[in-house]
Amino acid sequence: MEIDFTSSGHIVGIDLGTTNSLVAFMDLTGPRIIPGADGDKLVPSVVSVTPNGGTVVGNPARELLITQPERSVYSVKRLMGRGIEDVAEELKLFPFRVAPGSESVMQLQLGNRTFTPPEISALVLRQLKQNAEDYFGVPVDKAVITVPAYFNDAQRQATKDAGRIAGLEVLRLVNEPTAAALAYGLDKRENGVVAVYDFGGGTFDISILKLHDGIFEVLATNGDTHLGGDDIDNLLLRIALEDVASEWGQDLSTDGEGVQRLRRAVIQAKERLSFVPSAMIELEYRGKKYEREITRELFDKLITPIVDRTLGPCRDCIKDAGVAVDQIDEVVMVGGSTRIPLVRSSVENLFRSKPHTELNPDEVVALGAAVQAAILSGTVDNKLLLDVTPLSLGIEIMGGVVSKLIHRNSTIPASATENFTTGVDGQTNVLIHVVQGERELVKDNRSLARFDLKGIDPVPAGLARIEVRFLIDANGILSVTARDQRTGKEHSVEVKPSYGLTDEQVEKMIQESVEQAEQDFSARQVREQRVEADAILLAVGKAHKHGAYSELADEERAAIDKSVNEVMLVYNSDDHHLIAAKIEQLNQATIKLAENMLKGTQT
Amino acid sequence: MTSGVTDYYAVLGIPRGLNLSLDALQQRYYELSRQLHPDRFMQKPEAERQRALDMSSALNDAYRTLKDPVKRAQYLLGLEGFDIGEQRSKDVPPELLEEVFELNMALEEMRGGDDSARPQLEQAEKTFAKMLAESDQELAALFVKYDAAPSREILTQIRNVLNRRKYIQNLVSEVEKTLIPT
Repeated sequence: MEIDFTSSGHIVGIDLGTTNSLVAFMDLTGPRIIPGADGDKLVPSVVSVTPNGGTVVGNPARELLITQPERSVYSVKRLMGRGIEDVAEELKLFPFRVAPGSESVMQLQLGNRTFTPPEISALVLRQLKQNAEDYFGVPVDKAVITVPAYFNDAQRQATKDAGRIAGLEVLRLVNEPTAAALAYGLDKRENGVVAVYDFGGGTFDISILKLHDGIFEVLATNGDTHLGGDDIDNLLLRIALEDVASEWGQDLSTDGEGVQRLRRAVIQAKERLSFVPSAMIELEYRGKKYEREITRELFDKLITPIVDRTLGPCRDCIKDAGVAVDQIDEVVMVGGSTRIPLVRSSVENLFRSKPHTELNPDEVVALGAAVQAAILSGTVDNKLLLDVTPLSLGIEIMGGVVSKLIHRNSTIPASATENFTTGVDGQTNVLIHVVQGERELVKDNRSLARFDLKGIDPVPAGLARIEVRFLIDANGILSVTARDQRTGKEHSVEVKPSYGLTDEQVEKMIQESVEQAEQDFSARQVREQRVEADAILLAVGKAHKHGAYSELADEERAAIDKSVNEVMLVYNSDDHHLIAAKIEQLNQATIKLAENMLKGTQT
Repeated sequence: MTSGVTDYYAVLGIPRGLNLSLDALQQRYYELSRQLHPDRFMQKPEAERQRALDMSSALNDAYRTLKDPVKRAQYLLGLEGFDIGEQRSKDVPPELLEEVFELNMALEEMRGGDDSARPQLEQAEKTFAKMLAESDQELAALFVKYDAAPSREILTQIRNVLNRRKYIQNLVSEVEKTLIPT
């Protein structure tokens, strides 16, 4: 394949969502979504492993989720950058199977294979990359990927790792609400204060931005990375499971397929309820039938606690942004869950203005990512995003207390320097514990990493003076550098991330992923050759009955029959070259036959 | 913490001073952001990208500090060699002694479950909010005075206002925490 390294224009924008993912790009007419081979713009973020160990992504995987739930995984975004203890509650509701040995890095068991959450996300990304490559006809290896604004450092790093594993250079992580604002500001508004309420499948974000002649300055952001449509699904699912248990006298919750069928029924009812006042949850399974009507009224009552959980972060965000509610010119709605009427009315009540719903809430984030990709490639030069870090960054000091270095809602890139010294004579290293969060005690915050400052000159206690610089880059990811103030020497900083993968692990996964992709690719080529073989065998079979066939010489007929046999012999082989060679042989053997048949039709 | 390594005024290209126009500051910040933000250097060599990262983080740090009057004053005090440590703000300003004494009594009662102290605390909250507004005005006046004729004497006055302000702010958040327990 000819690789065009000069076409740096193909930087794609990717919305890696909890429920669905999309890939988009920007041309002269503006940003647009690239559909998959099936014509669908949304690629469900579902991965399924086939019995022979291959992987399936998107719509086909969503079907397999029903029939082989034990080999399928969805909503893996909720596990990105999380420790096993964080997701214990989560795992009760999702059919995820954690593989043994997941203490340091979580591993999910799918059939006979295990995957970390970034590897699952990488499979989704690889599919989107493939869709873009099929669309452009050239390789795509650079991307802007969106993340929830409220994602912490580990969750961002995990997303970046997923990109690398998928063979993508992640030029930028952009916060989802900010991306939405960029797409919105592109065609709706140039100046003013805009709030973006982003309620998706698994995460909730609220961001308030000031738009000023092409500058998109985020004033504040807030959210909950574990709050979304999934929670509504799980709530309804629990109710339906209880119903089924009492009606059928059968606990369906241990039946993987039954749960997934019921989950799908519940989601369908939820989605209908956004448009009609009443909907049925219907399940027909193994000869039994369950039906239940849910009215909008009951639905609203059930989900009120979930919707209310979005309002606290909204109030905090307004306060942090330093604006009054009536100074907010627009509220833009993003994410599938904003189709729910109760969500819309709650937002309207809080912001005292009718929210904007005319943009497709599923697509706007990906479109914004494509705009950011165009900004990075230099094709759009009058727009600039100034985003913030969602969480305060601090270090552990005496007594397990946090000393904040960079406060939340600081515009990124942002930095802070702090001086450290030794506490014991001759001490040659200092351990620094970095945390993220708003609470005063270390134990109530998120541990990010432990840094070991090594190679300090052995001097009396308190004499060493090491300046440590903490830098949060434009992706919201932390890096640390250290310098000895006395000697001017740069110190090596050894990072031990509290959650997530080491560089070595990511490298190994990239390697494995390339190998797997090769296998998957060769499996695809085998399938394609079999389709070819089917076609030619069918054509030759039909030709047997044609007059032109009987006109052939005996040895010509014998050559055709021999080639047909050989194609059938290699048909089930895994070597696509071999199948192709035999097809070609049959092709050659039938040239005269084909010519004669063609002549026959012409005369 | 900032140890005077980067001069935020120099980063923004404005003269040292305390009475700044926020509109002009924002405009300057936006202009420089358009030039220095890492987004503008994506297609450039690694060294230039690293430099953009350093410069734009310094720009953001500078703007964040200077756009806020209190942070701005603290920063300038630091530049001028004033000690702006935490411990000073713990000393009760003499003129507040009586009020703080009464407030602490009310806070104790409230924490002990006695809700009758609530009106008194709510009143205190209002009083302190008013005091904060007054010290903001006081600061603004001192800023103008300092820019007209910079002197250590004015800076000392500013530091005293800042300490008092910080003290009141701590009281307010104490009261808030007690009134709305998290």
